[in-house]
Order: sequence, then structure tokens, then C-alpha cells
Amino acid sequence: MAYSRRMVEPAPSDWGANDSPAPKELAARHGLAQSGARPRQRDYIRQLWGRRYFIVQYARARNEAKYTATALGQVWQILTPLLNATVYYLIFGVLINTRRGVPNYIAFLVVGVFIFTYTQSALLGGSRSISGNLGLVRALHFPRATLPLASTIMELQQLFVAVPVLCAIVLVTGEPITWSWLLLVPALFLQTMFNSGLGLIFARATSQLRDVEQLLPFAIRTWMYASGIFFVIHDFARDAPLAVRVVLEGNPAYVYIEVVRGALMTSHQIQPYIWPLAVMWGFCTLVAGFVYFWRAEARYGRG
Amino acid sequence: MTGANGQYAERIPTVVVDDLHVIYRVARGGGGGNAAATLLQVIQGKPRQHVTEVHAIRGVTFTAHRGEAIGLVGRNGSGKSTLLRAVAGLVPPASGAVYTEGQPSLLGVNAALMNALSGERNVVLGCLAMGMAPAEVAARFDEIVAFADIPEEAIHRQMNTYSSGMAAKLRFAIASAKTHDVLLVDEALATGDAAFRRRSDERIKELREAAGTVFLVSHNLGVIRGTCQRALWIDEGTLRMDGTADEVVDAYEKVYS
Repeated sequence: MAYSRRMVEPAPSDWGANDSPAPKELAARHGLAQSGARPRQRDYIRQLWGRRYFIVQYARARNEAKYTATALGQVWQILTPLLNATVYYLIFGVLINTRRGVPNYIAFLVVGVFIFTYTQSALLGGSRSISGNLGLVRALHFPRATLPLASTIMELQQLFVAVPVLCAIVLVTGEPITWSWLLLVPALFLQTMFNSGLGLIFARATSQLRDVEQLLPFAIRTWMYASGIFFVIHDFARDAPLAVRVVLEGNPAYVYIEVVRGALMTSHQIQPYIWPLAVMWGFCTLVAGFVYFWRAEARYGRG
Repeated sequence: MTGANGQYAERIPTVVVDDLHVIYRVARGGGGGNAAATLLQVIQGKPRQHVTEVHAIRGVTFTAHRGEAIGLVGRNGSGKSTLLRAVAGLVPPASGAVYTEGQPSLLGVNAALMNALSGERNVVLGCLAMGMAPAEVAARFDEIVAFADIPEEAIHRQMNTYSSGMAAKLRFAIASAKTHDVLLVDEALATGDAAFRRRSDERIKELREAAGTVFLVSHNLGVIRGTCQRALWIDEGTLRMDGTADEVVDAYEKVYS
């Protein structure tokens, strides 16, 4: 019988072996690493890159699974923002009539709704990406940032469906196709960076304090009304104090909406500071979100 | 019974658990009373008192070696699954530490799968979730489907149309498609029909041979005896006994039968 038997309180030893070094020394001698420790930032980025196929496939699968129970299926990806735009058109364009001074109000409104919807759903999806996937987090080992990033990619994939519809509406309302339409690509790229960062931030925040999830819908609604979707912020805030104007016109949601309006609508003039702001928000939010999320890497889905 | 290789002088440790303690903190929402009382508490800045602490693992120390299959026995709630999760790095130690060779993995990808999608898509998704590269997934695909014994037409159907046995087989086939340095199996053996169980036992054995070390949690003591050489008896978060599978299971049966 090669095994010895030890009852109660086993000595901290290399079980069954002749010599018995302390566990820590034993681990060090054989090059064992501590389980579940947070990787260094550089390694973390490499691990995430290694998971890129999973991120994309997971996002695709979630998008497909989302509508399988409905009769119209994937059509809802287009229908949802369209219906939203219709509702806002009826309320703000017809009933309240905020269209004063906007030459092409339908295009102005639809761009606002579509672009804000992208940020809004990425934010909501990101905030639930850890707290809503605890089963996955507790069962498999992978860099946790995979989940909030996948939820942003999921919304990006929806956007790819929505953008042709958006362009079609803008065309129908009489805007010509110009070279500036190409600016749509960097605009959406920067917005995606911003959304990813935002998703990372709120993924961690919600995983640590669930109450955030309850507050988000109200915060988002407030944000929506302040983002110049229905009216021209620049005109609206003309007489406001500087601080208020900075907040209103520096608001990232407004910035990304304006960038796209500037790209697609010849009838709409955007302020010169909009593009630099779009770049700044994209990079800063992504970096800040990544660092903030990474710092809690070892704690997600636990205890 | 002398274990897998019998050469104990050269045994290489793969998992070292050093005086491990795991404490779960379960916050129970609010102050126990109604909403108004809770609000009052929050306003007054009182800390929420209803945080339950569960001391799930209380000072476990052991070393596992390459080539070992170790069974974990113990009653429900004794801390077996928690111990596995701590070894996998999915639960943080309150004190003490777990050192491992490579990344130990729990066998099971259920959480990454989506029932609304086809079996085919789930194979791809599950393999990617375990960290395989797309080329590797493509190479393994046929093998996984064949092992799961899913008919050709069914693999293109949504997984929620599968019988529970079929779905369980496919899940096991996906989960066991990847070899791991340290493999942790939590009651995964008793799925599917008799023929499948035999094959899954064989697969576990293969994985064990390919893997450095296997941990197996099961309430089926026959499986522990048949699959493992060594067993740990976990009792209320402590290591009550550590020895050969037969010894430990005998002692365990003496107490609880």
C-alpha cells in the first residue's frame, strides 16, 4: 500500500511524499502560480485578443437568440428604431413642434434617435453583462472584459442593420449623397470606442452595486432629453451660462449625434469643436473603462 | 492499488492548496423590515446588518500531483464544490492560497450555450468559450458531434428541441473536447443512457491521462472507487480524511449509511 492514511488535521505537507516542504515553497519550487490572480494589463490585453472570435460569435449568437421567439424575427432589429423614430416624430415634430429652425427635421430626428439608441443599448447591455451572466463567470475562466465588450459588439451588429435604413431615410428626405458620408465610418468607430468604455465602466459598477441597474433607466432618459435629439442644442443653449453650454454641447451623446448629422446632412452645420470632442471622448472613455474594469478582474462573480 | 504510475519519488505537484479559507458574503437586501425602515436605515447611514457570512472552507491543505485522479466525498453543503471553484480560481480565498500548474478548468460549458440556437452553433460557441481557436473548433467539430451521438438532422435544429438526454450528451461532448492541465469534474458523469455513460467514463479516463490531474465530485461512491485512486473527505469545510479512494470511501460509508 503506497498511500498512507491520515485522519483529521492532515499536516500541511506534500501528501505521501518522503520530504515535506511547506506548501508555499513546494509551489514555488515547481513553478506553480497562484490561482485566480489578476493578470498584468499587458497580459490581459493579450488574453482578450485571444478571445476575439468568442466575443464576435457570442455577440452574434445573442443577437440571433434574442428574436427567435418572435414571428418577425430579425426584422425587429430594423423595426424597433423605426418605430421609436415615428413616436418621437409624432410627439416632437407634430404635437410639440420643436422643429422650428431645422430645415430637414425628419433626418435630424432619425439620426438622433438611431445614434442615441446605439449608446443607450450598449450602456444597458454592458451594465448587465457581468451581473446577468454570473453563471458563465462562475463556471469558466476567461478575461471578464470579454462580456461587456461582447455586449457592445452585439449592439454594433444591430447598428449595421440599422445604418442602411438610416441612410435610406436620410436620402428620402432629400439629402444628397456626398463624400462626407464616408465620415460615417470614423464617426461610428469613435462612438463604438466610447460605448465600449461606457459598457466596461457600468459592468463593474453594476456588479458591485446592483442598485445602479435600477437607476440607469432614469439616468438614460434624462440623458436622452438633454442630448439634442429633438431640438438644436446650440440654438437652445445660446443664452445659457457658459458652464451649462459646456455640459450640454460637450455631452458625448450629443457629440456623436452631431458628428453623424454633419456626415449625412448637407442641410446641417456642426460646430468645429465637435470632431475633436468625438475623438477625445472615444479614446478617454475606452482607456478609463478598461483600466477601471481590469482593476476588479479578480473579483467578478464572486462571493 | 498503487495509483497511476507508482513512481512516487518523481511525483510532480500540480495543485497546492495551502491552509485555504473561503468565506461567502451574502447580502440580503435591505434591513429585513419593510421599505420605509430600510430607507430610514440608509438615510441614517447605518451599515446594512443583514450580511450573512458563510465560512464554506475552513483551512484545507493538500497537494495533488500529476497523474492523480482525486475524488471528493462529503455531504451536501460540506464545501466540495466550493473547493473545486477555489482551485479553479473562480472563488477568491479569504486567507491561504491555491497554487496551480496552468489554468485548472471546471468541466462544463452549459452557461455559455444558448438553447435557442442550433446544436451546431452551440458546439462552436462552447468550444470558443473554452478558449479554442476557430481552426481547432473546425477540426474537432465532427468528433464532438459523433461522440454526442446526435443524428445528422438534429444537429441543425435548435437545442431546445432536443430531449434532455440528447442535450446533456451534447453538453458533455463539448465540455470534454478540450484537454486541461488540471480538470475539475462536478457530478457530470451520471448523464445520458447506459451506453453513453460508459463512453463518458472512458472519456474522463482519457482526459485524466491527458490532463495532469483530475478532481471529481460525486455522490456516487462507486464512481469514486472506480475512477479515482485517491479521495478527500470534506466535512463542514475541513479536510476530514485524505487517503486512497477505497479507504476514504469505506470510512465515509461507515459513518453515513
